[in-house]
Amino acid sequence: MIRPDIFTKTAVVLKNIYDKQLPELRQTKDWQGKYRILMTLGKELPAFDIEWHRDEFLVQGCESKAWLLHYQDPITARHFWAFDSDARIVKGLIILLLVQLNGLTAEQLAEATPELLLSELQLQQNISLSRSNGLLAVLNKIKAVI
Amino acid sequence: MNFDLSALRQEFPFFSAHPEWIYLDNAATLHKPQAVFDAMNEFYRSQNSNVHRSAHGLSQQATTAFETARTTVAQFLNARFSHEIIWTSGTTAGFNQLVFGLMGPVLQSGDRVLISSMEHHANIVPWHIHALPFGVELDVVPLTADHRFDMAAFEELLQLKPKVVSISHVSNALGHIQQVADIVRLAKAAGAIVVLDGAQGIVWQRIDVQALDVDFYLFSGHKLYGPTGIGVLYGKTRYLALLRPLLGGGEMIKTVSFTQSSWNDLPYRLEAGTPNIAAAVGLGAAILWLQQQDLTAFQQHKTALVQRFYDGCKQIPLLDLLSGPTTNAGIVALNLKNEHPADLATLLDQQNIAVRAGTHCAMPLFNTMNVKGSVRFSFACYNSFDEVDRTLAALTTAVELLSE
Repeated sequence: MIRPDIFTKTAVVLKNIYDKQLPELRQTKDWQGKYRILMTLGKELPAFDIEWHRDEFLVQGCESKAWLLHYQDPITARHFWAFDSDARIVKGLIILLLVQLNGLTAEQLAEATPELLLSELQLQQNISLSRSNGLLAVLNKIKAVI
Repeated sequence: MNFDLSALRQEFPFFSAHPEWIYLDNAATLHKPQAVFDAMNEFYRSQNSNVHRSAHGLSQQATTAFETARTTVAQFLNARFSHEIIWTSGTTAGFNQLVFGLMGPVLQSGDRVLISSMEHHANIVPWHIHALPFGVELDVVPLTADHRFDMAAFEELLQLKPKVVSISHVSNALGHIQQVADIVRLAKAAGAIVVLDGAQGIVWQRIDVQALDVDFYLFSGHKLYGPTGIGVLYGKTRYLALLRPLLGGGEMIKTVSFTQSSWNDLPYRLEAGTPNIAAAVGLGAAILWLQQQDLTAFQQHKTALVQRFYDGCKQIPLLDLLSGPTTNAGIVALNLKNEHPADLATLLDQQNIAVRAGTHCAMPLFNTMNVKGSVRFSFACYNSFDEVDRTLAALTTAVELLSE
C-alpha cells in the first residue's frame, strides 16, 4: 500500500533542497565539498518503506538500484515522484533531477533537460555515456509517464 | 623487481596519453603495448585482404599472417596442433560455442555439469541457455569460509559423475587462483571432460595444455595485452571434433545444397563468417611481446603490489576485505562497512583512480557471500608501488568522506 503522503512529504524536501542546498552546490568549487553536500541530500527524504522495494518500481543500474514511485494529481494533472536508492551518490544525483521535475505538467516534462544541471555542477559530464549508475534509466522512466 | 618498470610503461602508449590516471581496472581489460598497435596497423596498411578465399597473392599474405598468429597461440599454450586453436570473439562467445556444441554429442538429458560458486556469468548463462532446457543439471562447488574453491566439497560432488567440469582458473571478482592441476586430475579421474575459464588466468601464468591435460581452455585477447574482439577456444582435437557449430556460413562449410550442408575441417568448422583477422594478428603480436618478458618477475611484482595494497587497506578502518593476499593473481575486492560499493568507486573516480564496482558479472558469487557487491582493484605488471601508495591515500580520503 503506497501512502499518498510520501509524495507530499517528498515534494517539501525537494523544494527545500532546491532553495537551500542547490545554491550551496553551485557555489562549492572543490570536489570533496560538492560530494559532501550531494551525499547528505538523501538523508532529508521521508522514510521509504522496504515493502516498496518491489520489482515493479525497480530501475536497475549496473552498480546500484533505485525504486521510483509516481503519482499524478487528478485535478492539476501534475506529476510527482518518491524514490529510494541503495547508493548515496546516485540518490543525490536523482534528487538533483527531481528538484527540477517534480510537480511539472506533461508538457513541461517533455521539454525539460534536467541532466544539464548535473554537467553544469560538474557532477556527471554526460548522462547518456554513464549507463553504469542507472541515472539515464531513471530519467527515462520519469519521462516515460508522459 | 627484476625488470625496469619505467621502461616497461613506456611501451604502453596509454600511460603517456593519460599520466593523470591510476589504472586499476586491469581485470576488465589490459592496456596494450605499442607492438600490438604496430602489428595491426601494418596488417591493415599493407596486407589487408580476406583470408582463405581469394585466388590472389594478397589474400595469401593475409592468410599467412592470420595462420601465423594461430600458430603463435598454439605454441604459447603448447597445444599439439594449430587446429586446436579456435578463434572466437572472446571468452563469452567461446563458452556459448562450447556449451551449444557439447549438447547432443556429449551431453544429454539427465547428465550433470559441475561449475563453482565463483564463476563469471560467461560460465553460467550459456549453460542456462543451451543445456538446462534440454534436461542437463548444474551442480555448484561451494566456497570455503575464506572465499576459496572448496576442494573437499569438489571431490564429493565428483561422485555425482558430472560429464563436464567447468571451472575458472582465476576468480575474476576475487583474484583467487584455483589449484587447476588438482582440479583437472581429480575431474578426469572421475571421468569428466574438463573446461577451464582462463580469462583471468592466462595473464597470470604460462599454461601448458598438454602437461595440464585440460580438455578445453578459453581466454580473451584483450585480457592478454591484445585487442578486443578476439579470443581463443582451445580444445583437444577429439573433443573439438564432436562440437556442433553454433554459427553457420562462410568458412565453416565444405559443401552446401539447398537441403543440406557438410562442414569443413577443424579449425574452420567452428569459425563461421569472416574472422577478426587484424585482431588475431594483434593477439599474435601481444603473445610474441609477452614471450620476451620475464613472466616470473611479473608474477612476483603483482604479488608484491597486492600485498602492499592489502597491508595498507588493513590500516584503514571499516574496510571489509573479500580477497586474501596469497595465491592471488592481482585482485583485491573490498567494501566499506555499511556503504555501497558504487559510492566508494565514484569517490575514487573523482581522484582519477580507475576501479570497478558492482558484482563483476558474478552475481551468484556475491549472493553466496551475502554482500551487495564490491570495489575491485586489479593490478597489472605495469602498476607501480607509488600508484599503490597514492591509491591508498585516495581510498583514505574516500572513506573519510563517506564516514562523515
